[in-house]
Amino acid sequence: MRCFVGIDLGSTTSKAVVLDDDGAVLGRGITNSRSNYEMASAVARTEAYVTARFTLFERGLAARLEERPARDRDRLASALKRSFRLQQYLTQLDSLERAAEDELDARRYADRRARVRPRLREVFVRLRDGAPALFGEDAKRKSDFFRDIAGAEYQVAAEEAAHPQDAPFGLLVALYDKAILRVENEQLELGFEANVEPALERVVARADAHVREAARAAAQDAADAELTEVRAVGTGYGRARLPFPRDQIRSEILCHGLGAHAMFPRTRTVLDIGGQDTKAIQVDDAGIVTSFQMNDRCAAGCGRYLGYIADEMNLGLHELGPLAQTAQRTVRISSTCTVFAGAELRERLALGEKREDILSGLHRAIVLRAMSLLARSGGVEEQFTFTGGVANNAAAVAALRDLVAENYGERTLNISPDSIYTGALGAALFALRDVQRTHTTAEVAA
Amino acid sequence: MSTIPPPTRLNPAAQQRDDAEKDRSMVRQKELIAAYYERLAQAPERGEKTVATFVPGNLAELIQCFDLVPILPEINALQSGMRKRSGGFITEAERLGHSEDVCTYVKCDIGMLHGGNIGPTGAPLPTPDLLLLSYTGCFTFMKWFELLREECDRPSVMLQVPYQARGEITPEMKAYVVRQLESEVIPALEKLSGVRFDIDRLREKLELSRRAEDDLVAVLESAKNRPSPIDAYFGGVYYIGPIFTAFRGTEEGCEYYRLLRDEVAQRVNAMRGPTTPEGEVTDERFRLVVEGPPNWTDFREFWKMFYDEGAVVVASTYTKVGGLYDRGFRHDPADPLGSLAEYCLGCYTNLSLPKRVELISDYVREYGADGFLINSVKSCASFSAGQLLILREVEKRTGRAGAFIESDLVDPRYFSAANIKNRIESYLQMVEQKRASGVTS
Repeated sequence: MRCFVGIDLGSTTSKAVVLDDDGAVLGRGITNSRSNYEMASAVARTEAYVTARFTLFERGLAARLEERPARDRDRLASALKRSFRLQQYLTQLDSLERAAEDELDARRYADRRARVRPRLREVFVRLRDGAPALFGEDAKRKSDFFRDIAGAEYQVAAEEAAHPQDAPFGLLVALYDKAILRVENEQLELGFEANVEPALERVVARADAHVREAARAAAQDAADAELTEVRAVGTGYGRARLPFPRDQIRSEILCHGLGAHAMFPRTRTVLDIGGQDTKAIQVDDAGIVTSFQMNDRCAAGCGRYLGYIADEMNLGLHELGPLAQTAQRTVRISSTCTVFAGAELRERLALGEKREDILSGLHRAIVLRAMSLLARSGGVEEQFTFTGGVANNAAAVAALRDLVAENYGERTLNISPDSIYTGALGAALFALRDVQRTHTTAEVAA
Repeated sequence: MSTIPPPTRLNPAAQQRDDAEKDRSMVRQKELIAAYYERLAQAPERGEKTVATFVPGNLAELIQCFDLVPILPEINALQSGMRKRSGGFITEAERLGHSEDVCTYVKCDIGMLHGGNIGPTGAPLPTPDLLLLSYTGCFTFMKWFELLREECDRPSVMLQVPYQARGEITPEMKAYVVRQLESEVIPALEKLSGVRFDIDRLREKLELSRRAEDDLVAVLESAKNRPSPIDAYFGGVYYIGPIFTAFRGTEEGCEYYRLLRDEVAQRVNAMRGPTTPEGEVTDERFRLVVEGPPNWTDFREFWKMFYDEGAVVVASTYTKVGGLYDRGFRHDPADPLGSLAEYCLGCYTNLSLPKRVELISDYVREYGADGFLINSVKSCASFSAGQLLILREVEKRTGRAGAFIESDLVDPRYFSAANIKNRIESYLQMVEQKRASGVTS
């Protein structure tokens, strides 16, 4: 099967999308960008291929278990996905433990090594014991990135396993801090082929024989399927670091325009608020960019701003929007400077403002900045598509909806649940188009 | 670990081969500018008196009639910027109390003055004997000279140049400027130099100006060829150097422009592209019009962002701040003071917003540009205000897409290379995509 890959190396996360010959999305992958774009690119791509093979698995399962209700098949597929994530997590935990043990072997721990080691092992026993619950059916995770999940769990386990003399909490955390860096920069075997079997066995252990065999066969076929990457196109801030030739690198403006068009074909205006930039883009009816504006010299009011605020408030990034939506009033915030965000926030808290009211004001402030870029780029046309990480934030969306209506009248506002993949999708479509065009040219020439 | 191949749009070998030929005008230009700074350095010793004045609306020929030497603070600032010295000067001026929002040309000049007034070439600059505020369209110029007057304690003379608010030069405006030349500027220059004004001497110089101006226009208009033999912005700033500064109305200036014109004519005949610091552009992929001054602190890096992509600037407005010769203006020996007045009134900085929109739109059409780019500089509120409107208007009139980037003149803190490169690349890819889809052709 021929595949076309788009990779978007963002400042916060890196995304990959795999398309088939018809331009249908086979798989998507995402990871945190770390400081290592090459690694982030490899991980996101592996992830995208994992989900691509899951797509093939689902198709295979549907063919083999035609007679069963779709609901049952979906349940099986989603159980397998969770089990697979657990399997990946366990693989990463193994690597984390090895790295932490190695770190403990460093000379500076020589005098305490013997006393610390059992405690460290205990931490990992606890982590493994707790792992299945993290990937249970109703489990809620603040993040899907190993660093975030393992970090939070480790903290708890280390608190319990720590001993003031033998192995103080601070020491255990220091081991983690070193180890996680190594794990994040290690090429682990996290692919579908290597992990699907144990994952599947856990799921089908109690299923009836027919289902079990069908699932095994579908998983085997999905693992064996030949996915030939015909072309990849890269975009995003880290694009210059991709090991691609120059003509396989595209600006994220073009990729976001085309990606938004693919998701919502009637899109004419796109707003993308990412980690460190905000883009207002106008596209024509074919998804071709006709005009764009980006934030000027600084990253004020971008996604990273919300990240700082979340850190300041000791909240997860995903908790900001919902909290802001409980506001009774909206505090006026003028500065959207990311660096000053903490000071602005503490000042408001000191004045006795409620956290949610301040947050509501902060969300409005960043959207106001985006409004100015939209105005510069040519306004907001029908339809309007909002992309980027901030599009997942309900409070930002609500503020945007109000301000657009106020300034431009009613507009259809599109937000895809997969909006974070817009740039990668656009890049993958460019990869597909490039090949189709070359193909057509070759045919004409022949 | 990047495997991106080096740019292939340049041909360094081509430059090597023709080094001698290519270098003649460039070497001459550098010689002229170096000689000018040398002359300034030696002025006090040789008893030559100096006049500080600005580039837009400068009265070079008139100043020469009194054997005076001009000092051009903007040129000093941009030269300091190119030589990576402006950052320190600006910090010094800010330490003296100038706000971050003050024009960085001004701060660079003030900082330089306080650091011993060592010019960009490393040679000392004399304290001007007179401050001739020759153009008032930029309000900051007035404030700048007020500061210099404080610092130097020298007399000043002001030429009030009415703004072309209605988009034209009226007979009354011209008469008003001529009257000031006669009643204020010329007497001040006579007083300073002890030389009597000789209008025939001025006519001779204006004749030399006119000849150089004809040649300069031929050079600028050569960019209508495909490929363009010149880059009318990054290369253009070198071409305008002599005529915008101390060499209008001089024999050396005339010779330089004749040499340059011949060189460019040869490039046209040989169908050769513009010369860049890294060789010749052999594959002209984009033809652009640029509005706004360049960034000087990262001039080379900025230029590279264009030529790496095969983008050639075919016309620019910045090369018209010292006169719109390509729109027909010439200094006229038959009307010496009148044409000086028209010159002051007609330079690009004195044009109204609608006139600027008209000019840029005309350039896009006349030079067959694929698009246009605005470099909006933080320093210059009077120049940058309205540029977003210009962007929209020119897009509407020409059907070509515009790009908008932001930087500064000589403050290195306001040049964010990664962001600017990102925008330029995105813009050029957009133009290419539109071209491929037949949106514009």
